[in-house]
Amino acid sequence: MCTVCGCGGKYEKFGGARAHEARRIVRVEQDILAKNNAHAEKNREWLKARNILALNLVSSPGSGKTTLLEKTIAHMKATRPVFVIEGDQQTNFDAERIREAGAPAVQINTGKGCHLDAQMVNDAIRTLHPQENSLLLIENVGNLVCPASFDLGEACKVAILSVTEGEDKPMKYPDMFSAAKVMILNKIDLLPHLDFDVDQCISYAKRVNPGIHVVMLSARTGEGFEGWADWIEGMI
Amino acid sequence: MHEMSLMQSVLDIIEDASISGKFTKVKKICLEIGVLSCVDAGALDFCFDAVMCGTMAQDAILEIVKKQGQGWCVACSKTVEIGERYDPCPFCGGHQIQVTGGEEMRVKELEVE
Repeated sequence: MCTVCGCGGKYEKFGGARAHEARRIVRVEQDILAKNNAHAEKNREWLKARNILALNLVSSPGSGKTTLLEKTIAHMKATRPVFVIEGDQQTNFDAERIREAGAPAVQINTGKGCHLDAQMVNDAIRTLHPQENSLLLIENVGNLVCPASFDLGEACKVAILSVTEGEDKPMKYPDMFSAAKVMILNKIDLLPHLDFDVDQCISYAKRVNPGIHVVMLSARTGEGFEGWADWIEGMI
Repeated sequence: MHEMSLMQSVLDIIEDASISGKFTKVKKICLEIGVLSCVDAGALDFCFDAVMCGTMAQDAILEIVKKQGQGWCVACSKTVEIGERYDPCPFCGGHQIQVTGGEEMRVKELEVE
């Protein structure tokens, strides 16, 4: 038996203690996302102390997130101030649309990055200064993969799926639909023109996340919008 | 490609550990990655050289230990093994499964000098 660590003599023949010195193991046992999660927790505490409801909106590009935001601002702003953080790889197009809809907005350009992280959101909050008792909507980069992993300090993630995308998306991108508390099925005004199977889609989403809440709406026509507005009210 | 930023976080953790652990060179990095985590082990491997180049872990070997997915089947009231989030319970065939393990993304240990 090796007298240094009880390794059974595996390294003893190579020089015992000297070999052990050469093989120095440092136990780290740290979550790879620990730093991001610590920033997210700080964001969450800051938002909670001010009674700000923060929602992290995630979807693929073109699902109608920005239109949904515009309609949400129009609907909510009489009862609760709305602030928006916009994430895109490039351009200020979305933040400009949001400002025109009547809400203060900050644009984060991630450059080559594929998701927002908690530090970026922390910086954006400092610039945006959302007021107490407000609603903070964070539009993540259009991507059904990476944003699933990154906690931003939000109350919950809201996944938006448009019916033009196909009902199997929740199974193809299970991490995102598992991380979300709500799935919004958007563009339902187009259903008569498509083969989209709503029941199948909801069944797939519940397979990866049995507790997911589903809201069906059309951000364009306003159909079903009350379901979304009621859910937000319930969260407040 | 969020594996790139995850690997950057691994490097940050190593650099922090090098201060408290007083080491200057890393020979091996052992990561624990759950099969249900949002990361692809192959993509991590791909990013490894690019991120570690020019650092104390430049010549390190990357070892990835995979962890099996686990969930609590509400219907059966027991822990079951799953390979994917949408896998049915192997006992009752239902989907009322709450994931309890296999989402890990951890730096386990380092071999250093």
